Amino acid sequence: MKTLSRAFMILVFGILYIPMMVLVLFSFNSSKSTGNFTGFSFKWYAELFRDSATFIALRNTLILAACSAILATIIGTLAAVGIYKMKNKYLKASINTVTNIPMMNPDIVTGISMMLLFVFVGGMLGLEDKLSFWTMLIAHTTFNLPYVILSVMPKLRQMDVHLPEAAMDLGCTPLQAFFKVELHTILPGIITGMMMAFTLSLDDFVISFFTSGSDFQTLPLLIYSMTKKEVTPDMYALSTIMMTAILILMLLTNIRSDKKKQVK
Amino acid sequence: MNKNINVPPEAAKKKIRKPIFSEIAAVPHTVWSVLFIVLPLIFVCYYAFTDSEGALTFDNILALSSHAHTFLTSICYAFIATVICLVVGYPLAFSISQASAKRQGMLIMLLMIPMWMNLLIRTYSLMAILDDGGLLNGLLKAWGLGELNIIGTSGAVIFGMVYDFLPYMVLPIYSVMTKQDRKLIEAAYDLGCPRLSAHLKVTLPLSVPGIVSGITMVFVPSISTFYISQKLGGGTRELIGDTIERQFQNRATYNVGAAISLVMMILILISVAIMNKFSDEDSEGGIIV
Repeated sequence: MKTLSRAFMILVFGILYIPMMVLVLFSFNSSKSTGNFTGFSFKWYAELFRDSATFIALRNTLILAACSAILATIIGTLAAVGIYKMKNKYLKASINTVTNIPMMNPDIVTGISMMLLFVFVGGMLGLEDKLSFWTMLIAHTTFNLPYVILSVMPKLRQMDVHLPEAAMDLGCTPLQAFFKVELHTILPGIITGMMMAFTLSLDDFVISFFTSGSDFQTLPLLIYSMTKKEVTPDMYALSTIMMTAILILMLLTNIRSDKKKQVK
Repeated sequence: MNKNINVPPEAAKKKIRKPIFSEIAAVPHTVWSVLFIVLPLIFVCYYAFTDSEGALTFDNILALSSHAHTFLTSICYAFIATVICLVVGYPLAFSISQASAKRQGMLIMLLMIPMWMNLLIRTYSLMAILDDGGLLNGLLKAWGLGELNIIGTSGAVIFGMVYDFLPYMVLPIYSVMTKQDRKLIEAAYDLGCPRLSAHLKVTLPLSVPGIVSGITMVFVPSISTFYISQKLGGGTRELIGDTIERQFQNRATYNVGAAISLVMMILILISVAIMNKFSDEDSEGGIIV
């Protein structure tokens, strides 16, 4: 039974990883081919650093992800607090339902619904470029919001309601109590939410596809326009770099949490 | 008892400080949701029921019958992909949850790394392997096994869906399984339940919330994808996502596109609602990714 489950795991992970290994391998290929390994070279990495379009797209992606994550974290954290305190059951339920719509709806529907809104409103205002960085920022913030709320909410529920009261009994002002007790307790949830929002925004293609203008291109959009013709291996090189960065990041956090466990 | 203590009203008022948290904090989010979630959906309805001049019409909805075949194909593909994900993902989640704590962390990390990779790149590298002149065919030829024509078949599209979305099935099931109390299954063994039936009677029912969110998280992106079918279907397997995407390439067909989207959205929301009935009301397991 044990060997069977181990063999099964190796098989599934193998299938999951083979395409990615191929990708890493061909980022070092000396020719443009993705079916034929002709020799080892760093050519595509050099190409990547020379290509300004990729860099602009990478910069745009990071800017958009950071802005939308921060905006969604602020609005979402406030919203979680407000919803948590809400006494009207029906209002609470309806806000929760609306919040979850972007999560349940397929991305393509969220994308086109926003595009229709932007195009209509932009047309009414007589704007020339109806879709721009701002419409993308709105779209990304919108689909990030439910994830922030959902990661803050459980922390609020876990919090002992008497803690802020105790702090105030001991002389804290409500504002101090908020920063020292409440915010402190829900902070892990806020950080998780923000990280989730950042990565979701980083990776989003479908919603960006429908809400982006011509002046602001993100990395997934660039990749898409490239795959319409032919992907050059410098995209493979970029993916390899990103994968390595993620791997290192995850290993570090894993090691840190292991150390924490040992200390405990 | 307390009533006897005489506190002057002013002093009492001063003492009771209210926590700063209040419902007003939800106002920005509520306004945002109305503007950017509800209003866009109203626009989808508006476009679905008007023609390009803005006059009321039902033609767009009636025109859907010509896309019925694409709808059916999409539902069929997404259904098969979801079933395969469940059949592979459930035992995988179970195996991971049985491993030692240290190994569990590593395995979950291995599962999450592909999710961090861009979906387009992953699908493209899959295409590079399965392509006619790709790596797999190269290997097969080298072994003298002849060539396979994979790209363009429905199998390739479904495999792409499974490959891209499998982690979304495993993670929610795993997170529900690790939360289960081990004592329950031990109790079942103690009471003479054989391993398999203990699993079916204890572990499986307790995993239902995870399974439900896993199914939703695989089915919804599968049915609405337009990228996987473009790349792995070789342009011959059109799914409903492709149809919608094409309608939005020029202004004249926005209305038809909106009508298709509306129908798809309603179908999906209904099936999600039905699915959620199977799990208990608070299934928070699903969101933890």
